[in-house]
Amino acid sequence: MTRPRILVLSGYGINCEQETQFAFEQAEGRAEIVHINDLPGKNILDYQILALPGGFSFGDDTGSGKAFAHRLRATLQDKLQEFVTRDRLIIGICNGFQILTQLGLVPALDGNYDQPTVALTHNTQARYHTRWVDLAINPLNPSPWLQLLGTISLPIAHGEGKFYAPREVLERLWTEELVAANYTEGELCKALDLPANPNGSLDNIAAITSTNGRVLGMMPHPERAIHITQHPLWTQDKEIYRRNKKYFQPTEGEGLQLFRNGVRHFT
Amino acid sequence: MSATQLHILPRIPDTRAALRKKTIEDLLGKPVDEVIIADTYTLEGFTPAVITETQGLLTHPVTEEAQQGILQLPTTYDWAIEIGFQPGVTDNVATTVAEMIMHKTQQPLTPEHGVYTSQHTFIRGANLNEEDMKKVAALLANPLIQRIAIRTQTQQEQLQEPHVPRVRLPPTPAVTLVHILEANDDELAIIGKKGIANIDGTRRGPLALDLTYMQAIQAHFQHLGRNPTDIELESLAQTWSEHCHHTIFADPIDNISEGLFRRYITGATKKIRAAKQAREEDFCLSVFTDNSGAIIFDENYLITHKVETHNSPSALDPYGGSITGIVGVNRDTIGFGMGAQPFANVYGFCLGNPHDKRRFYRNKTATGTLEQEILSREAIMTGVINGVNVGGNCSGIPTEQGFMYFDEDYAGKPLVFVGTLGIAPRTLPYKSMDDTHYSWEKQAHAGDYIVMVGGRVGKDGIHGATFSSEAMDAGSPATAVQIGDPITQKKLSDAIIKEARDRRLYTSITDNGAGGLSCSVAEMAKECGGCEVDIDKVPTKYLGLAPWEIWVSESQERMTLAVPPEDYDNFEALMQRRGVEATVIGTFTNSGKVIVKNKGTTIMDLDIAFLHDGLPQRPMTTEPFTVDNPEPPRHDQEDLTPTLYGLLKSSNIASTAFIAEQYDHEVQGGSVLKPLQGKGRVNGDAAIVRPLLHSQRGVVLSQGINPNYGRISTYHMAQAVIDIAVRKALAAGAPLEHLALLDNFCWSSSNDPKRLHQLLQAVRGCHDLAVAYKTPFISGKDSMYNDFKGFDEEGRPVIISAPPTLLISAVGVMRNVEHAVSIDAKQPGDLVYLLGTTQEELGGSAYFRYLAEQAGLAPTHYTGNDVPRITSPEKNYQLYQAYQRCLETEIIASATAVHLGGLGIALARTAMAGKLGMHVDVTNIPGVATTNEDILYSESLGRLVVTIAPNDQETFEQILEGQPYKLLGAVRRHNQLIIQHATQKVVDTTIEIMLEHYRAPFRNY
Repeated sequence: MTRPRILVLSGYGINCEQETQFAFEQAEGRAEIVHINDLPGKNILDYQILALPGGFSFGDDTGSGKAFAHRLRATLQDKLQEFVTRDRLIIGICNGFQILTQLGLVPALDGNYDQPTVALTHNTQARYHTRWVDLAINPLNPSPWLQLLGTISLPIAHGEGKFYAPREVLERLWTEELVAANYTEGELCKALDLPANPNGSLDNIAAITSTNGRVLGMMPHPERAIHITQHPLWTQDKEIYRRNKKYFQPTEGEGLQLFRNGVRHFT
Repeated sequence: MSATQLHILPRIPDTRAALRKKTIEDLLGKPVDEVIIADTYTLEGFTPAVITETQGLLTHPVTEEAQQGILQLPTTYDWAIEIGFQPGVTDNVATTVAEMIMHKTQQPLTPEHGVYTSQHTFIRGANLNEEDMKKVAALLANPLIQRIAIRTQTQQEQLQEPHVPRVRLPPTPAVTLVHILEANDDELAIIGKKGIANIDGTRRGPLALDLTYMQAIQAHFQHLGRNPTDIELESLAQTWSEHCHHTIFADPIDNISEGLFRRYITGATKKIRAAKQAREEDFCLSVFTDNSGAIIFDENYLITHKVETHNSPSALDPYGGSITGIVGVNRDTIGFGMGAQPFANVYGFCLGNPHDKRRFYRNKTATGTLEQEILSREAIMTGVINGVNVGGNCSGIPTEQGFMYFDEDYAGKPLVFVGTLGIAPRTLPYKSMDDTHYSWEKQAHAGDYIVMVGGRVGKDGIHGATFSSEAMDAGSPATAVQIGDPITQKKLSDAIIKEARDRRLYTSITDNGAGGLSCSVAEMAKECGGCEVDIDKVPTKYLGLAPWEIWVSESQERMTLAVPPEDYDNFEALMQRRGVEATVIGTFTNSGKVIVKNKGTTIMDLDIAFLHDGLPQRPMTTEPFTVDNPEPPRHDQEDLTPTLYGLLKSSNIASTAFIAEQYDHEVQGGSVLKPLQGKGRVNGDAAIVRPLLHSQRGVVLSQGINPNYGRISTYHMAQAVIDIAVRKALAAGAPLEHLALLDNFCWSSSNDPKRLHQLLQAVRGCHDLAVAYKTPFISGKDSMYNDFKGFDEEGRPVIISAPPTLLISAVGVMRNVEHAVSIDAKQPGDLVYLLGTTQEELGGSAYFRYLAEQAGLAPTHYTGNDVPRITSPEKNYQLYQAYQRCLETEIIASATAVHLGGLGIALARTAMAGKLGMHVDVTNIPGVATTNEDILYSESLGRLVVTIAPNDQETFEQILEGQPYKLLGAVRRHNQLIIQHATQKVVDTTIEIMLEHYRAPFRNY
């Protein structure tokens, strides 16, 4: 089986495309950065994975992800619907997650991939916030993106990351196991004296999938946890390791498995 | 043309409104029942169908609802405050909405169309009067750039026609001649000082050309036998300005005929590079010639660094000033060589203390009324922090490092330092077989098109400093301050750096910064020997700009490129696909002249040589003087625990975690050492970034600043801040042999020979230590007039001059980021060492400042005289080399540079960061310090606090053989910090209590 092709979207203020491409390549995928204005010249069905990276598309003006979502919908039209119903994967990270919710690609309740039902809105502190969080991955969500993950720590960086949905939608997210990850007080939060929930998200929700599990939207940034040196306490871990094993053996960051999951789905 | 308002209201609990309610309650000291925020879009010239479509685009179906026309809230309210922009102020959200409408309708907007944003805050609460609302509005808006309307519910609901902040200007004024040929010296001086006269007798604002310069211009035009046009004179004023030409650093001073810059700054760099070249170790590629300085990163890549200041604009509008500053310095990266990609931002804010509530005014009328109150210290602090937040975050450039430094003498005018690092391949892809193109070289050729890309031109920044509110009417654009537009720039940056550069579609590029086109085009014209510009081709934001205004406007987010005609079609097509506006505005030539035409008529015709080098030198003299500053009264010297707390919560040492937590420092994935380090999240000494994710190499960044030392001696201040910057970088893992420096001088009243003496001493200090440490300067910038002149609350005249300030930024390259060292203590049982010697050097220290404040004395005066000095740079250098050998063996578990607050604070930071206790004994440390105060708080240079594993003791001490060091004690599992001097416990506290003090001052920001 050949390595799957990943289309990493860019343009208009998306700004995590290079590290997202790097993460997919570390996971053995073939990732290509494509500007949204070049999409009309591409057939997205030639790609197995569509990645919407983080960033500040249109400066978050008028609401994060809104302007880019309208543009993407107008550009791709039916192809996007076709993409999600074929055996393809989509990941939206941070601004990409905001765009996915604006498009309605997550959670796509009842298989409706065109109707927004949840939102990411201003953080409780009403300010851009960046830190690391602990995430409990939902073991009952069967999404291919979520294999072999358990509890992981990743960074967040956003102004509008508070997950919001009406209570009845929240209940469906839980009962239908569409929650992909929630903020939890893990080891890192305890070490750093930080609260589990960084932004006031309802039910501590950090990530959700579509009903078919192929679309993952998440606020935390797995592409910023590929090298061990990205972890906030890596120098301390290095010392523990050095004292016990004589030398420092670099290991990968906890975000890489997620990209590997996406790639391995096709290999 | 009629306008309609669209209002977007939240359907779910709104966190912004909740926060604003609390802010208003805190401000007014009375309860508020409810606050509702509506985002309003005023759409002018659109059909009802388009407006309804736009409503759909702007409304999130889950969280928002929309209304058109007159806003009807379901609840009652007492007041509505609408805040929108003044005409002509950059409105980024409106730009996005216009783009959304254009994409939806697939129709371009015409000049009849307008999109404007505003925000309504609806407030319900008993006992709220109009005065209260004015206070709230003053907190939320800056009248320099924003328009405020306060209405009752009845007034709001009867609003007939929404306000449309359209720019309306009289018809374009013609180019005028300025009659200087016959002018006498008084007339020349007035033109230079107050500007060119308009027909109605008013003046256009200062040219800042003094009489010597005006006389040189007069002589030149007498020789030509004609008067200059307004655009010629304005152009000369820009090119000859202190801002562009740096005459204080360039002109002769005392007996130094080549000037301070050439003698001491590039002089130092030349010596260092010559010595390194002899050993083939020179790592500099481009110094002081381009928008940034550049050094080698590895065999294939270079990195650039540039630090700018944006002080005056930040005093007027802190948010706009700092966002324009950070987005502007990004362009010094994009415009370096053939273009580099920004990978890190840095900042530094020198501010008046936010708790200082004194009020100052810019003006007093003839009748004694005080007006134009300057912004509060608190408003300036929050504004500048927010500007770099939005500018950096929106651009996707991580803000890796920075500082805040507070001093009473920054109360009149803040200093806002902003810097950007970039990365570029050293050679660009081949365009033809026979060419190798180094990315740091650029060369416009005669025949290349002059192409302006990015934003459009408005009145922004024209004579901004002379802004006066009386001169404005309802339709005139607010020009004094600008607001950066990071998204327009991001599109531009991506299109240039990630695509056009490597396709070699242009031959030269530079930033449009100070002086706008007049400087960028004329600067590039030097590369080929001339240019011819059609000023009427330049796209403008609105009609009615005079040619000279277009030429000198500082409208942001623009670059100027030289594009060969044969490449232009490809270039234009690429820019169009990336949503970037590109316009050919003329042609580069080799005529030796800068020619500007307006609709075919020549309106400017100047020799390049005269434009760039025609200004006469103005020799300066310095006046030496001595200072003798008193020391503050001492405290109890037995138990220094209370003073340690006092220092931990002093504003220059306390945690600024709230800034690190709002500046994205992880985007691009390169973060290795973060701004907050260890479990205790203590501000680090240096940051490390991996600019290429597939490489193990890292870039080490650090900063050194201490204006308080300059009150005693600027020579020693300069040496101190270099040593601090170098040592911070070294501590974290930067190799000395691959470490470069940037200098930023911010001086005040620089006409004063005493200030010039301080400047001379400072550059001498820079030279001497840089040469000794072999750390070359690669870039720098100066800002020489940081004075505020105005009135206090009693109407008395006051002058607040920033203390002589030198920021040194260090940038180094380490081979393997996995060798990075953070400041936090790692393991119980680890040994704690002090490296270096401790002298009796409390002069200018944080401790003396604290004591003076405690005693109610002016800390700016009670500095004492024993400023930290470097008596032997060579000894420091040897110690640093020994430390570096320890780094190579990877035995350093943690390292903290000793600076503000001395050894006491360095130990506390190490312990707090590791959340581990420490028991140390400071008896008989190297040096002459013997009293508790000197040992703990002396800020002697050249010192590090290091922890290592007990197993590494032998290796460590072997390497340090012959160096001054002392084993102080060990890291403990318990949470106590005990510092012992002989038998006496000088400090006895816990990690929790220290962290409490350390985090207290900015906890609620």
